[in-house]
Amino acid sequence: MLTTAYALLFYFATIVLVAGLAWRIYEYATVPAPLKIPTTPAPTTRRGVIFRMGREVVLFESLFKSNKWIWLFGWLFHVALAVVVLRHLRYFIEPVWSWVVFVQPFGVYAGFAMVVGLLGLWARRFLVPRVRYISAPSDHLMLALIVAIGLSGLAMKFVARTDIVAVKAFFLGLVRFDPQPLPADPALLVHLTLVALLMIIFPFSKLLHAPGVFFSPSRNQVDNPRERRHLAAWAARMDRQPGE
Amino acid sequence: MADADTIDRPEATELPDPLEMPTLCPGAMAGSNPYPAKPDHNTALGFPGELVDDWHDRAIDKMGELLGKYRSFRVYLDSCVKCGACTDKCHYFLGSGDPKNMPVARQDLLRKVYRRHFTLAGKYFPKLVGAADLTEDVLDDWYSYFHQCSQCRRCSVFCPYGIDTAEISMAAREILDTVGKGQKYCNEILGKVHKIGNNLGLPEPALQATLEDLEEDIEDETGVPVKLPLNVEGADILLITPSADFFAEPHIDGLIGYAKVFHQAGVSWTLSSYASEAANFAMFIGSYDQMREVALRIRKAALDLGVKRIVVGECGHAWRVAYSFWNTLAGPFDFLDPNYPIPQHICEFTYDLIQKGQLTFDKSKNDHMTLTFHDSCNVSRASRMGDMPGGQFEIPRAIIKAVCNNYVDMAPDTIRESTFCCGGGGGLLTDEIMDIRKKGAQPRMRALRQVADENGVTHMAAICAICKTQFTKVMPEFGFDRESIVSVHQLVSNAIILDPPEDAGEPEEDDEDEVTVAVEAATESEEAVQAAADEK
Repeated sequence: MLTTAYALLFYFATIVLVAGLAWRIYEYATVPAPLKIPTTPAPTTRRGVIFRMGREVVLFESLFKSNKWIWLFGWLFHVALAVVVLRHLRYFIEPVWSWVVFVQPFGVYAGFAMVVGLLGLWARRFLVPRVRYISAPSDHLMLALIVAIGLSGLAMKFVARTDIVAVKAFFLGLVRFDPQPLPADPALLVHLTLVALLMIIFPFSKLLHAPGVFFSPSRNQVDNPRERRHLAAWAARMDRQPGE
Repeated sequence: MADADTIDRPEATELPDPLEMPTLCPGAMAGSNPYPAKPDHNTALGFPGELVDDWHDRAIDKMGELLGKYRSFRVYLDSCVKCGACTDKCHYFLGSGDPKNMPVARQDLLRKVYRRHFTLAGKYFPKLVGAADLTEDVLDDWYSYFHQCSQCRRCSVFCPYGIDTAEISMAAREILDTVGKGQKYCNEILGKVHKIGNNLGLPEPALQATLEDLEEDIEDETGVPVKLPLNVEGADILLITPSADFFAEPHIDGLIGYAKVFHQAGVSWTLSSYASEAANFAMFIGSYDQMREVALRIRKAALDLGVKRIVVGECGHAWRVAYSFWNTLAGPFDFLDPNYPIPQHICEFTYDLIQKGQLTFDKSKNDHMTLTFHDSCNVSRASRMGDMPGGQFEIPRAIIKAVCNNYVDMAPDTIRESTFCCGGGGGLLTDEIMDIRKKGAQPRMRALRQVADENGVTHMAAICAICKTQFTKVMPEFGFDRESIVSVHQLVSNAIILDPPEDAGEPEEDDEDEVTVAVEAATESEEAVQAAADEK
């Protein structure tokens, strides 16, 4: 029963996440950008834009220019999150890829770093009057959710061990549409419930900044309006209006 | 609530930090409202004359339409994580302390309505995600605070996702116009451009008379017959410059500078009365249709006059529109000479001549000034000059250094892409909101104060008509003389050495003096002599 419930939960969460993100990305990709509005100085070639975007998503270049504290906690959190996610890949693949094995030792430190980064970002929402002013309940809840995911994950490592072989069997089973029994450990169930919740709300929340940054015209546009005419379809129709 | 005295600090006698964090003063600027447009000014642009009865539904419909037409609008509304990176980046927040002037909080005035009507979470859990209904109070807040955004894009530079409050501000104003709540300043000006050809409503005879007066002044002063041609068919270059260049100071000194450069370059050029305005205020109200209509005037003028090139005079948002949007709005420009940038900025034109050694200067003519340069916001963060990214910073500076001996930059975090707005851009250059204009100018004035006190800077050069006008108004408030703001091409005009007229065979006494002065000036300047020798 427990196994069935969580299997269905994760199938549902995966569908919502994938379909929701696909829909959002489709929207962002198809809504026109009728004017050239890269924030200059901007690259004049597509390759330059790729490098610019790369710096933004890997190094958080603009954030670094803006505020070092947010950058520190934000970068710490995101890099740690990336390592943690990579570390978790072992639950979905067999045999485990060599570089996933390589990542394992760093994963625990990343878990702590992730929580520290989140707590730093969360503290700012109370300590900095400007950030407190702009914070809505959902901003706090989002941080609380991810902190709770991190803490429950660390709890299974250091406080209440779970049968990771059985957990892996469960998720491999999900991938193969043959769910295996899921351990009933409370910390594990909390962890998995929170992760599923995160997956479900992802396409409806500010986590859309993840796909959004790639579609941001101020970052992803080439600065070549004199060299190449830029025209959206709805604007092109105006070119053929009578009387022009 | 902080004491009001903390906002109006004595500026002239302190050396405060341009980036000093103000105490939050909620509601400090809630009363700042530009005059609403008269019904005629709205209807002339195709908007309702007054607030319509069904404004709520019309506003929501318009928002939905814009979400489908502008990727920037949709992506920016969804992508903000409220990290706080932009909260201290807006000059209106730094100057006023009003938290609604924090870029993210300004955006949220619209985002909260977007979330309420266009997102699942906002429909079912409005309080949780900060969603709110569009009420009359919200509409008034929009009118007030979206006219406290100069659309300068500084927040976009520092946002990890590039979110640009200018885009939200333009959309908000477009929605406001759509329900009949237009702004007088922008909408009235656009009406004049459509009817007469420039923001001022300066008709052709008046423009012609102004130019003839200028020609006389220049010849009286230099002995050289520098021309400012109007509506000359077959000229090579069409100059499109802001109409402020025809009457305001220091703008007019810049126009004289362009004319001297064109004269010395030996090109044939002309202005157009039909398109005597580089500015395009339609950008400020977010109207693609209106922006296109204004831009098409320039295309028509270029075609009618049969020119080969278009050069744009000193203006910030005008250069943004010309550089980034003209090809989109009014292109293609196949009929122009592809060997030159289309359009070309006057600074690019002058810089090119300097590089080729075709202009000679007497730098000592500007020795009474120690200059700094104000990077205008739209030039810096929404356009380019030359072939390389960042050319819009280097080319004007190179021109200044070519004509002046004394140049100092302001603090690094207040120039180039981090530059501060003058406080009067984005359609806010109107007297009834002088309070927010002054507060918005504070960071730039403080940065100027720093270099004035520490490096002896006496003047600030600019390449934007709005900046020049704004600074002549606000500089006295910060302890500077209103003539401390100068045009870049005013500096060029001061220093440029014009070739003596060819028909000076029988000079009168005055002409002889002029020639003598010119020769003496040339011999006094080693660089000028060297340049002249190289030219031969």
